[in-house]
Amino acid sequence: MIKALGYFIEIIKGALITARHFIVNMVFHVLNLSGIKTKRKGAVTIQYPEQRKELARRHRSLHRLTKREDGKARCVSCMLCVTVCPSECITVEATEDPDPEIQKVPAKFAIDLSRCCFCGFCVEACPEDAIRMDTDIIEASEYTRGNLCYDLNRLLK
Amino acid sequence: MDFWVVLIKIVGALVWFLVLTLYLTWAERKESAVIQDRIGANRASIFGLRMIGLFQPFADAIKMIFKEDFVPPFGNRFLHTLAPFLSFFFVAITVCAIPFGDKLNIDGRSINLQILDLDAGLLFVLAMLSLGIYGIILSGWASRNRFTLLGGIRGAAQLISYEVALGLSLVGIIMVYPSLRLQDIVLFQGQNFFGWLPGWGVIFQPLGFVVFFLAALAETKRVPFDLPEGESEIIGFFTEYGGLKWGMFMMTDFMEIIIVSCLATTLFFGGWQVPWMGSDGFHFPWGGTWLLPHGLVVLFQVLAFNIKVIFFCWLQILIRWTYPRYRYDQVMDLGWKVLVPLSLLNIIGTGLVMGLLK
Repeated sequence: MIKALGYFIEIIKGALITARHFIVNMVFHVLNLSGIKTKRKGAVTIQYPEQRKELARRHRSLHRLTKREDGKARCVSCMLCVTVCPSECITVEATEDPDPEIQKVPAKFAIDLSRCCFCGFCVEACPEDAIRMDTDIIEASEYTRGNLCYDLNRLLK
Repeated sequence: MDFWVVLIKIVGALVWFLVLTLYLTWAERKESAVIQDRIGANRASIFGLRMIGLFQPFADAIKMIFKEDFVPPFGNRFLHTLAPFLSFFFVAITVCAIPFGDKLNIDGRSINLQILDLDAGLLFVLAMLSLGIYGIILSGWASRNRFTLLGGIRGAAQLISYEVALGLSLVGIIMVYPSLRLQDIVLFQGQNFFGWLPGWGVIFQPLGFVVFFLAALAETKRVPFDLPEGESEIIGFFTEYGGLKWGMFMMTDFMEIIIVSCLATTLFFGGWQVPWMGSDGFHFPWGGTWLLPHGLVVLFQVLAFNIKVIFFCWLQILIRWTYPRYRYDQVMDLGWKVLVPLSLLNIIGTGLVMGLLK
């Protein structure tokens, strides 16, 4: 009997917890809806497409290729990123550059995002700081698979 | 003329019932969201107007209407289609016995704000609510799927474990207010005791109310007692349903919430009675009076009834989002070993007190 009474008290306590959440959140919702700013919001939700959470500085987002001063890619086609890539999604084809200081530039540089696992090894491996993952673009979605293969022009943008 | 009055009453009550049901789906989503520190469905919009998700029920309805009306090829087509209608009908018809307010006098004509003033209104409501189980058993059987059949059988087993307690818990109320007419029961609750205490059922029958409310929660087949459905892990009776037929089962759930709230209000919380308000206005226990015209009095009564019903709907949604499900045997235990003895105790206690006070 005493055990049953204990259950009953705990059941009431449980309902009081949810009721407290409801009432407290409701008060803040009403205050916010009526234009009164409060430090606390009625919900912890971030309304995603309109409101965005600020990404961490080290967040690995969509890749980009960095440029030299004249607008060409810094990449020298050393193939280190291609070698280190665990999902083998980077394709680089080298070509010659007339500048003797540079010698090699990529004729083709493609990342197949449908295979990329965003590990960031390519960024770590690059000796020229030519590839970075700091665009803060996290919605790399396309209607066709072919469009997910980013080529040199799209990566340089 | 009488025909039109009845027609208007039926249409008004059904519209009230269905609109409240539609918005209860919205309220359930929103209330659960607020309880869990979320925002809830707010994306349905008309021309960019969101109105905190108030269009969500219509979006749901449109979605359900355009889904495929599927009957499993191995099922019984006639019974499979009949089951949701049975379920829906037996709940929808109960609204005709619920008193929304006192008599409304227009042009020397006295209109009872209740569709049917049945002599045995209470029994009628209980009978119709119990008949609703046929829809569930039938849907489980006609789908010809073992798991839905088990869901239907679980529903039947749950019904017999709480229905006795539900009936017995109301015997006390019938003893205190010696009538089965719901309008009479509400009228009796208009008396004040000691000059200030409204004579609501919950004051005379607190134990009866607790037993009634627990059994009525089991009646709605929602989460603490959702054995027939068990949407998260055990397979329920409407697994083989889709589209609008499934929607009818879901609406039946919400309509049962409203009917249970109506019953709790009518039997235990004074129905349409406003505390200290008579037929001509307020008579406060501290001596003040505030006289009101007849129309306003009726309006206050209907409003009071609605507020009480909405409070109980809120409470039931809160309960649904607070507790985990009872196990199969625990519901039987609760029904037969706790609720039935408690309701019998309540009857004996009520009888003793009434005998001694006579």
